[in-house]
Amino acid sequence: MIDSIKDKVKELLDTGEIKGFLGLVRKNGHIGPHLFQKGDELVDLSLGDNKIAGDSRYPLNKYLMNIAKAYPEETFGVLIRGCDDRGLQALYTWNQLNPKKVVAVGITCPQELADACECLKPFPEDITAGECAKAGEQKSVAAVDALVLSERFSYWMDEFVKCIKCYGCSNVCPMCFCNECSLKCDDLVKSGELPPEIPVFHHTRAMHMVGRCVDCGLCEEACPSGIPLRTLYKKVGSIMEDKFDFKTGMIRGQRSPLNKIDSAEGKK
Amino acid sequence: MDYRTVLTTCTYCGCGCNFFLEVLDGKAIGTIPCKTSPVNEGKLCIKGWNVHEFIHNEKRLKRPLLRKNGRLEEVSWDEALDYTAARLKEIKEKSGPDSIGFLTSAKVTNEENYILQKFARAGVNTNNVDHCARL
Repeated sequence: MIDSIKDKVKELLDTGEIKGFLGLVRKNGHIGPHLFQKGDELVDLSLGDNKIAGDSRYPLNKYLMNIAKAYPEETFGVLIRGCDDRGLQALYTWNQLNPKKVVAVGITCPQELADACECLKPFPEDITAGECAKAGEQKSVAAVDALVLSERFSYWMDEFVKCIKCYGCSNVCPMCFCNECSLKCDDLVKSGELPPEIPVFHHTRAMHMVGRCVDCGLCEEACPSGIPLRTLYKKVGSIMEDKFDFKTGMIRGQRSPLNKIDSAEGKK
Repeated sequence: MDYRTVLTTCTYCGCGCNFFLEVLDGKAIGTIPCKTSPVNEGKLCIKGWNVHEFIHNEKRLKRPLLRKNGRLEEVSWDEALDYTAARLKEIKEKSGPDSIGFLTSAKVTNEENYILQKFARAGVNTNNVDHCARL
């Protein structure tokens, strides 16, 4: 799979279609994000699999936004999986990236990763390399939903109390792009107070994930306290699906119901 | 255009978390915790997550300061080192080596800490060496 990705990226760089390719590199014994600007660098390209499949994924879309803001006229390539593709589509609808300036190079996730992520679509819409895995079985939300209300409440409170307020969930999130963050608003979340007030802190973030979360799971991977954030945001996503028939980033060009206020579509 | 991710170690405490500094055209714009680091496995505390912010901070000290006539003034490294060496010698001669103590830091490398304790013990002849992580 990696060779066809290298060939594709080399072609994009050689023809000048893209100024650079934001992917992953294996360097100094570690896997990390890298902007490939020359074909010969591709020898060290990585797809983010270190010990197990997909254990070294990074929010490349987030870094792409930083680069694109500084160089809005240039076109960049980016390595995407299914979740990153959903992220890209959502970011386009929120005008955070210009689809004309992004060339996505898509890879699929293996079944073991799709299952671990309980991913609904473990492949991007346009696939450069790889075979499509089946959607992962949805278990985590159902397991928590099966608890009676008081137990469910205790479950979440016991998880939230572990928070060390590192803001990692928000810092790593490819969909956290607001200039003003509610989690840093003193009226909602008192600065300097540790642990943060629960469940307000986590609910504030969960509310802001409505119609935004693309279920990449990077927040949960970044959480030093192991709070099952992905389960929380999966629940948020399932409510959006039930009530609005909306799944973030799944349908190209489809805007979130919360992103339609000013549009003709929203006024209807 | 120059976009780099530079692997480095957090300077805030002695844990040694690894991250990439996201550097765009020579300016550090972000911190990316390293997922393959056995120390922090892609996680960071709030200080680590914001470590890129102090690099370009205006308040950051870049030159030594020496108090002259009650006010801190920027001086050259030579002047600062000459002054410190002269005062340390003077204090040692007048009050003995144990009148001097050295506090070192978790924010520097193991090797720098080694040098400071060596200087304290072999240079100044005191065992008064301690470390901010023990405070």
